This record gives sequence, structure tokens and C-alpha cells, in this order.
Amino acid sequence: MVVPSAETTGPYPALRTAFSHPGEGKKLARPVIAAWLSLLLFLFFPFLAAAAEPSYPALSGRIVDGAKLLDGEASARIAGKLRAHEEKTTDQLVVATVPSLQGLTIEDYANGLFRAWGLGDKAKNNGALLLVAPNERKVRIEVGYGLEGALTDALSKVIITTAVAPKFKNGDFAGGIEGGVDAILSILTGDAEEWQRRAQVREDETSWAENLAVIFVMITVFILIVSFMRELGRASGGARRHRTRDGRWIVLPPSGGSGWSGGSSSGGWSSGWGGGSSSGGFSGGGGSSGGGGASGDW
Amino acid sequence: MVLLAPSPALRRSFALLLVGMLGLALAGCGYNNVPTLEEKAKAAWGEVQNQYQRRADLIPNLVETVKGYAQQEREVLTQVIEARAKATQVKVDASTITDPAKFKEYQDAQNQLSGALGRLMVTVERYPDLKSNQNFLALQSQLEGTENRVTVARRDYIQAVQAFNTEIRTFPGVIWARLFWGAKPMESFAATTGAERPPAVKF
Repeated sequence: MVVPSAETTGPYPALRTAFSHPGEGKKLARPVIAAWLSLLLFLFFPFLAAAAEPSYPALSGRIVDGAKLLDGEASARIAGKLRAHEEKTTDQLVVATVPSLQGLTIEDYANGLFRAWGLGDKAKNNGALLLVAPNERKVRIEVGYGLEGALTDALSKVIITTAVAPKFKNGDFAGGIEGGVDAILSILTGDAEEWQRRAQVREDETSWAENLAVIFVMITVFILIVSFMRELGRASGGARRHRTRDGRWIVLPPSGGSGWSGGSSSGGWSSGWGGGSSSGGFSGGGGSSGGGGASGDW
Repeated sequence: MVLLAPSPALRRSFALLLVGMLGLALAGCGYNNVPTLEEKAKAAWGEVQNQYQRRADLIPNLVETVKGYAQQEREVLTQVIEARAKATQVKVDASTITDPAKFKEYQDAQNQLSGALGRLMVTVERYPDLKSNQNFLALQSQLEGTENRVTVARRDYIQAVQAFNTEIRTFPGVIWARLFWGAKPMESFAATTGAERPPAVKF
């Protein structure tokens, strides 16, 4: 479900007319087509509006080094650590360096980037982002909802002030980033508390029980309809023709119903597992962050 | 259709089908959008309250810690304590988000607390011992983190309310909102990005 952002309300009519009038007068002469086009525009306008947000880099891997702070070797080494951790725990950690924050505060940029990439599993929200903006001299650890319990704001701040910022101050960006990543990983894998936390990770998705309940209800409805129709066939003592006619009608609702349940549940799974375990293309799993973590400068 | 003998049972089945179709059609026309968006906005509001509560919970500890080092800053500390008391006294229930007066009261109280906290954090700049205290540093980063979460939660709420208010004022949502749901537009925060953040504390 796309939530239209602030820009979507006002300019609808203006935009519609602007889009439905240009040159192709012949086609649009037919009002029906014009109506369809404007309807389509209505439907897709939210996507157009979304494009007006700050442009975030593509999630090309576990290290997105837009500001060119890491050489190939360091980058591969850090990415290897992150991958190893993700394979073990499914926690998705990503390092990003950006040449510009595009006028935003690092908090706003990091949160926007985190959500645009959807780091972490959709149900567990177990992602974290280390964002470095060398030109603004800002660094931030943005923590997904699911990891907030382990990687707290206070710990994030300690990591930044002790492991990251001092090295950045000396111009050692690779060392600072690696130090930060090591510290985050050691906290996330650290102690018994971590494993306790794992049991209480925040779940947003519908549970198995709910899915089962929905399927059960649908099957019940299906059976009810079928039996009702059978009874109907018997009751309207006449012609088989009716039955065949009805047969076509009867088939429709249940198949529509099962299509629903299949669609929604498999969609949930696929987006949930999305990037978590795939080895080929790297992508986020749809996780979100509510602004947990800490920022610092040097 | 001509072939069908209009037996009562058949008519009943058609009525049933019609009801089913109508249900699907309603769902297709956005009948469900109003409650869906309403629930989303309510959830976003819950998160706002949650984060403001989290901030309020941090304050007693913070005040205690600061007191240990900066006893003489009684005035600023008292302001924070009073603002916190006021903010936690404001009653919030389900009707708060549709009642402009109540909503403003809540927002004003929280803004006042933000202001008092901001002044406190500026004041502590004068106390180097306090600023190197581990406990204080932890509290400070928690407070910063919470303020940031408040900002995010407010932004999410503003967007959710905007979506909901748009839905119940535009076609076809306006029909369902008026006829069936009786949905009232929700209040939103005045956009004060930046003003909400406490002043940056430099070391």
C-alpha cells in the first residue's frame, strides 16, 4: 500500500490536465481514452511523487562506498565480516559512505536511506546501517527496530566516540569504518543477553496462527457454498442445463477466494525472506527503522 | 438467463451471489481504505506517544545525575521537572487525535518540555566534570536518540494522517467515510522540523 506523501494532494487536477492535453490530440479526442489516462495517472501518481525525495544511492552490496573512502582490499575484508555475520544471524548490516547529505541532517538522511533500502528482514527489522558523510564530517549508526534492544543508542554513541571518530580525525577512514563494524558485530554477537533478545525480537507480520485461521475460514466458506449449490441443484428439480449453468457460476467464487489467500500469504513470505539469505543479488529484506542509534562528528 | 427457471431457491442463490459481488465491488472501490488508513494513523500516533513517554521516563535519571554536579542550576532543573510533570499530566485517549484543543494541549506540553530540556543541555556545557561522567554521557546519548525517534515518529504520523485525511475528503473515500464510517479528520503536528531537535551539544 503506497501512502501518498505530502505533495500528492494539491496538484492532482493541474497535473491531470497538463498530462492529458499534450500533442497527441487524435487519440485523446476520444473522451473515454482521456478518462482512462487520467485514471491511470491517478493510480500511479504516488510513484511519481515518491521520485521527488532525495536521491539515494542504489544498494549495490554490503559496502556502498559512494564517497570512495575504502580501497578494494579493505572493502572486501569488511564486506566479508558483514556477510559472515548475516549468514550466522540474519542480521543485515550495511556500510554506506556518501559524498553529500543533500542538505538533510544525518539523522534524516540515514533514516530515509535505511527505509529506502529496507535493511533487515521485514518481520524482524534486524538491520543496521553505518553511514559516513566525510564532507559534512558526520557519522551515524542507524539501528532497525529489531536490533534496538541490543545495539542501544548509548552503545552506538560509545562506538562512534571511541572506535570511529578518533580514527576519522587522523584521516584513517578505512580504520574507523572497520573499527566501527567490528564493534557493532561484537555487540551483536556478544553475550547471552543477545540470545535472550532473539526470542523477543519485535514481530510485525501476521503470525502462523492468523494465516491458518484465514485459510480455515476460506475452506469453510468454500464448503458452505458448494453444499448450498448442491442442495440448490436438487431443489430445482428440473433441468440439468441449469446445473451446468450454475456450475460455471459456482466455480467462480471459491477460485477467486483461494487466489486471494495464496496471493497475500506468499507475498508476505517472499518479501520477508527477500534479501536475507540470497547469495546472488544483494537486497534489503524490507526492514524498517524508527530512528534508533546515534550520530557523531569529528 | 432466459433458460433459468425462476425457482425461489435460485432466486436466493442469486441474491447471495449479488451480495458477494457487492462485497467484492465495495472492497475494490476502496471501502476498506478508510479503516485501513485510520488504523495506520492510530498506530503511528501510538508510536509518537510511546517515544514521548520514553523521553519522560529518561528525565528523572538525567535530573538526578545533573544535580550531583550542578546543584546550583536549580532553576533550569526545576523547569525541566515541572515541564515533565505537566507533559505527563496531559490526558491522552483515543479522541485526542480528532480533537484540536486536546491535541494542541498535548503538543504544547511536549514542546515546552523540549524547550526546558534544550536549556538544560546547554547549561551543562559549563560543567566539564559532568560532561565526562559516563552515566551522564549514556543518558545524553539516550536522550538524543529518543529525540530523534520522536522526530521520526512525528513524521510518520504526519504522513499517515495526511493519507487518512486525504482519503476521507476525496472521491470515493468521502462516500464511505460519510455514509458508513463517520470518520473525522485527524489533527496533525505543525511541521517544525529542526525546531524539535534540541540544540546540538558540542564537546
